[in-house]
Amino acid sequence: MNTVKYKALALGMATSVATLLGSAANAVEIEYWQYYFDARVTAMEQLIENFETANPDITVKMSHFPYADYRTKVAAAIPAGEGPDVVQLFYGWLNDYVEAELIQPLPADAFPAETIDAEFFPMVQAMKSGDQYWALPTAVRSLALFYNERLLEEAGVEPPNTIEEMMAAAAAMTKRDGAGNITQVGMTAGMTAQDHHWWREGLIRQMGGEPYTNDYTSVNYNSEAGLKALEMYVGMATGDDAITAFGFMDEPQAAFKAGRAGMHIDGSFRIGSLNKQRGLEWGVTELPATTDGTRSNYSSYWVNAITTKAEGEKYDAAAKFMAYVTSDEAMQVWLDVVGELPAKPSVGLTEANANDETYGPFIRGLAYANTTKFADESAQRQLMVEMVERITLEGMSPADSLAKAAEAEQKILDEYYTK
Amino acid sequence: MNVYRNLTIKQKQIVWAWSFLAIPVLFYTVIRFYPTGNAILISFQDWNLLGKRTWTGLDNYEKLFADPAFWKVFKNTFVYLLIGTPLSLIVSFFIAYNLDKTRFMHGFLRMLYFLPFMTSAVAMAWVWRWFYQPVPIGLFNNFLSTFGIPQINFLNSTTNALPSILAPAIWAGLGFQIIIFMAGLRAIPQSYYEAARIDGVSTWTVLWEITIPLLKPTIVFIVVFSSIGFLRIFDHVFNMTTGNPGGPLNSTKPLVLMIYETAFSSFDMGYAAAQTVILFLVLLVVSLLQLRILRDR
Repeated sequence: MNTVKYKALALGMATSVATLLGSAANAVEIEYWQYYFDARVTAMEQLIENFETANPDITVKMSHFPYADYRTKVAAAIPAGEGPDVVQLFYGWLNDYVEAELIQPLPADAFPAETIDAEFFPMVQAMKSGDQYWALPTAVRSLALFYNERLLEEAGVEPPNTIEEMMAAAAAMTKRDGAGNITQVGMTAGMTAQDHHWWREGLIRQMGGEPYTNDYTSVNYNSEAGLKALEMYVGMATGDDAITAFGFMDEPQAAFKAGRAGMHIDGSFRIGSLNKQRGLEWGVTELPATTDGTRSNYSSYWVNAITTKAEGEKYDAAAKFMAYVTSDEAMQVWLDVVGELPAKPSVGLTEANANDETYGPFIRGLAYANTTKFADESAQRQLMVEMVERITLEGMSPADSLAKAAEAEQKILDEYYTK
Repeated sequence: MNVYRNLTIKQKQIVWAWSFLAIPVLFYTVIRFYPTGNAILISFQDWNLLGKRTWTGLDNYEKLFADPAFWKVFKNTFVYLLIGTPLSLIVSFFIAYNLDKTRFMHGFLRMLYFLPFMTSAVAMAWVWRWFYQPVPIGLFNNFLSTFGIPQINFLNSTTNALPSILAPAIWAGLGFQIIIFMAGLRAIPQSYYEAARIDGVSTWTVLWEITIPLLKPTIVFIVVFSSIGFLRIFDHVFNMTTGNPGGPLNSTKPLVLMIYETAFSSFDMGYAAAQTVILFLVLLVVSLLQLRILRDR
């Protein structure tokens, strides 16, 4: 080999190395964290791919963890300068993260508060402090009434529109064995599932009450409306004409999936797993209204936020990524893949989405939904579970049990807000 | 190197001993003592895992002693201990004593008894959870309803739930205790039994005067071992009551489950650490008491 060839080779190698280094210097890598849920990961992979095609100089690395470890990992990683630049959080955790200085506000120029106020569903405003947004959701969730089409048909009833119709339909679908034990429930029930949301934000408001006052810092359901809602709820599972049983087939959703329950209240996130259930023919309708047409629903959401770890060009890249995952396009992807509802009316309330047989009832529910601000969701849910148990297992009167629950919940709220 | 060469043999032995000991010492310091000390520290602080830790003095302990849920849970923990330990001791001794005399398919039977001990507690808890369900799915209740006997609320009851959870927990630990008892029984010299037989002593007397006294070290070991197990019971309860952790109105919640919930669902680390310190003290006292009994031997 002669020297010329060597030189050419060396030059070639040098240029290619330079190109590699050059592109490495331009590319910003940001990290995205979310908890593991199959459909959410698939949807995010799709979004990242789209985002990287549009922004070739940014790469996004996604990590996901089991839900149980999520908070611990995030909390340990960010102060150590590791971990995510953009992170997914439950809306109820935002305060804790802001106070711990784990997340920073979204840039006001790219996320002007007025535009967000105008474009997103109003419940998102809980993520705002002053005129800055701390976080934004891609998708929101609400509740609706699932029904088993075969059981409805067998009983000769229609999907209910009001609470009375729901009770009648449930009664028609309830089956008992010779000894009077319920073998098929007309309607599932259990505060351990989504029913505590239905009771808080649905039933109490429908009975004319308001579950909390002072921006969710004061418990207000120890009232006539609260008692009416509780008596109605517990009444479904007690007496000889019970249309449901607490703990029937272990979990409400299991009973519905197995085709042993006529109706079931659950969130939009259940759609995916119901679709996978072979032989189950189901439909969904809005949560039942009162006779005078009052409706109320509960909505919750997961948000994305930029962590305090992201600085300089990473912050800019993270803001770009945030802008993309809260765009109309991303919301449609999230709806199609995960089944969660778009956070903007402009996407959610399109003709096609709002009239969709499956998503429609949930999306229409968003219009009259409220979002509970929890201090400690699982502890507050547990109080609702115990409120019902005191009545059904210990024979306490609904009024006393309600008062006890209200007192205990107020204690949790006081402790949280006075810290 | 010179320093080492100038040491006496005795000193060299010490150097070697410590270099071997260094690994477990380091291990214990980093894995055991540091977290233990840290937990005690956190119990005097307020920390939600995210923000800064702030000193709160004895607040967590005051809250704990004023919390009716804590006393309920404290009582449950001792119910698990006081029913679980004697019951499992008697049952496992009964089985071991009779199994020891059985020649027919001895190995196979012993394997059958040991099998539950090797099974994952999580899988076992979920199977039992299914057994306990009401009709139409629960095994026990379906069986009852076939004979027209009224349903029993196993898990959805404030009185039946704890024994229902304790039963599979005892059953799961039985295999191990049986093996230990059988080893203990085999270790008793045959000559004592032969002497007793020559004297024409009854089987009952042999059991009371020879077998049980000579089994005392085995019994003490099993009591200590299973007491600690029942005081720390978690996986059976957690898996049989997920969704409504700790059963209806906390009727089955043991201390460990309360600690877990406070720490990893309410994220109140200080309060959880205070509960951990109490559990530590309980375990310490129980173990010391049992060590005393051991020394009496």
